[in-house]
Amino acid sequence: MPSEARFRALHAGLIALTLLLALVSLGLGQYHLPIGDVVTHLLHPYAPNEIAGQVVWTVRLPRVVMAFLCGAALGLSGATLQGVFRNPLVDPHIIGVTSGAAFGGTLAILLGLSPLLMMSSTFSFGLAALGLVYLIATLQRRESTLVLILSGIILSGFFAALVSLMQYLADTEEVLPNIVFWLLGSFATANWHKVMLVAGPVLLAGSVLFALRWRINLLSLDEKDARALGVSIKPLRRGVLVSCALLVAAQVAVSGSIAWVGLVIPHLARLLVGADHRRLLPTAFWLGGGFMMAVDDLARTLTDAEIPIGIITALVGAPVFTFLLIYSQRWSAR
Amino acid sequence: MNTASLSVSELLFGHGKPLFAPLSFACQPGNIWAVLGANGRGKSTLLDTLTGVLPVFGGQFSIDGGVSVVPQSFHPAFAWQVEDVVLMGRARHVGLFSQPSTEDRQQVAQALAQLNISALAQQHVGTLSGGQQQLVMIARALVSGSQNILLDEPCSALDLANQQVVLQLISDLAHRQQRSVLFTTHDPTHALQVASHTLMLLPAGKWLAGKTEDVVTDRHLLQAYGVPVRTLTLEDYPRQVIAPLFSIER
Repeated sequence: MPSEARFRALHAGLIALTLLLALVSLGLGQYHLPIGDVVTHLLHPYAPNEIAGQVVWTVRLPRVVMAFLCGAALGLSGATLQGVFRNPLVDPHIIGVTSGAAFGGTLAILLGLSPLLMMSSTFSFGLAALGLVYLIATLQRRESTLVLILSGIILSGFFAALVSLMQYLADTEEVLPNIVFWLLGSFATANWHKVMLVAGPVLLAGSVLFALRWRINLLSLDEKDARALGVSIKPLRRGVLVSCALLVAAQVAVSGSIAWVGLVIPHLARLLVGADHRRLLPTAFWLGGGFMMAVDDLARTLTDAEIPIGIITALVGAPVFTFLLIYSQRWSAR
Repeated sequence: MNTASLSVSELLFGHGKPLFAPLSFACQPGNIWAVLGANGRGKSTLLDTLTGVLPVFGGQFSIDGGVSVVPQSFHPAFAWQVEDVVLMGRARHVGLFSQPSTEDRQQVAQALAQLNISALAQQHVGTLSGGQQQLVMIARALVSGSQNILLDEPCSALDLANQQVVLQLISDLAHRQQRSVLFTTHDPTHALQVASHTLMLLPAGKWLAGKTEDVVTDRHLLQAYGVPVRTLTLEDYPRQVIAPLFSIER
């Protein structure tokens, strides 16, 4: 099948490009390193005395890996959720997890909890939000996509109000700036510990979604249609949504809430490889990771101070999304 | 063959409350059942019940060899390719964490070839005409390998030429492949054309089931639709046709 071969080539190209971007990113920064040096230091991890080795191994590599994992998580969960909710305008906010996690994080900052407790609070509130979405759906005795979306919107609004309340209550000198900076997203505090914390859920949920990639095609059908094909929708959709919640909650826990990536990347991926989730999910994964590494490069090199990630993803994401909409409109009109 | 692959006995079905008196009929391999009835009488509801989308209130039905439904229309949320859509019909044969195999893809290619739409394989479903989309949905039912195939108003959106194609296909499914076919329709002539048996849904919870020539009569059709009809026998055409006698006032 020629289209199969073309996808394989594209997929391999994306992975190669991502790795190349990672190498370039490792050299960028105030302590500039040519790509050859980066490779040398990567190949000799046990030379901690050299400054360059330290920069690569303890400062930049965890940051680059974390940015990649977070972007990949957002791209993958965005693509999956758009499929499950049969709606290309959906992004990871839709299931309430982002806002729930944001509240968990701001609450922890307000209470002055330790970083580990703060990440746990973020992660748990994110997952709890999905639990509440299902609770509301159960109380309505219906579990359709519409009910789930409405419940997600209700909870997003509710948790957003709680986040504002936390900001209102926070001490304006010290705590409020921390909250604001955290809410805008950043990889500045990356370390290997955080990488491990985000890698676990991303690898677990990512493998589950990757294995289910053809089933997600079936989930994106009309509910009645899918059921007549013999798909047990509810358990499948629950499993998929929990996986997405794991991805999003883990991402917010280590890097704060980052908008736009989960919306724009799936569109870009769909433009490249079409609607079939067997191709869409891996493409969105690599594109999301690569995009986030590039955004983080901008965040730490454009100015002397760090620019919050959320600002750049919005500034880049909005025009890119506009361009995609115009482009795909023309493309489909042809 | 005398064993029914789809048998319904004393079935009570509907949304919220039973629509009809307990319903019984049996469909054997090679049989074609037409389901006739006015709009909103419960034709689609019956199909939804037989595919397990709706619960039953009483009685039972049994299905041997699986059941596939060809929906009236397909509203894809994304720009699917025809072959991807047809492949979805293999859902029951692909494990939860598995991907469709080469065998599954061969089945798809075969079904497309059988319906003469192989050329459409890479096209987006949304760009096809109503008749072509109907064929894609039928291909999807074919690859499921189900013994029983239910079609929800397969001809309602089609022009005469495409109606001929779909009716021929329904006939082939039953007579060449020995499948058990049940389709709903608004046109009693379709029942006379291809259906060996007919189930007619009447007002006030009544129904009739049996051989088409016994069920599709002028009297019963008047009961079902409230419009007088005339069954016509033509000199140069082997089957009877039904003409509605509308009364239009000026």
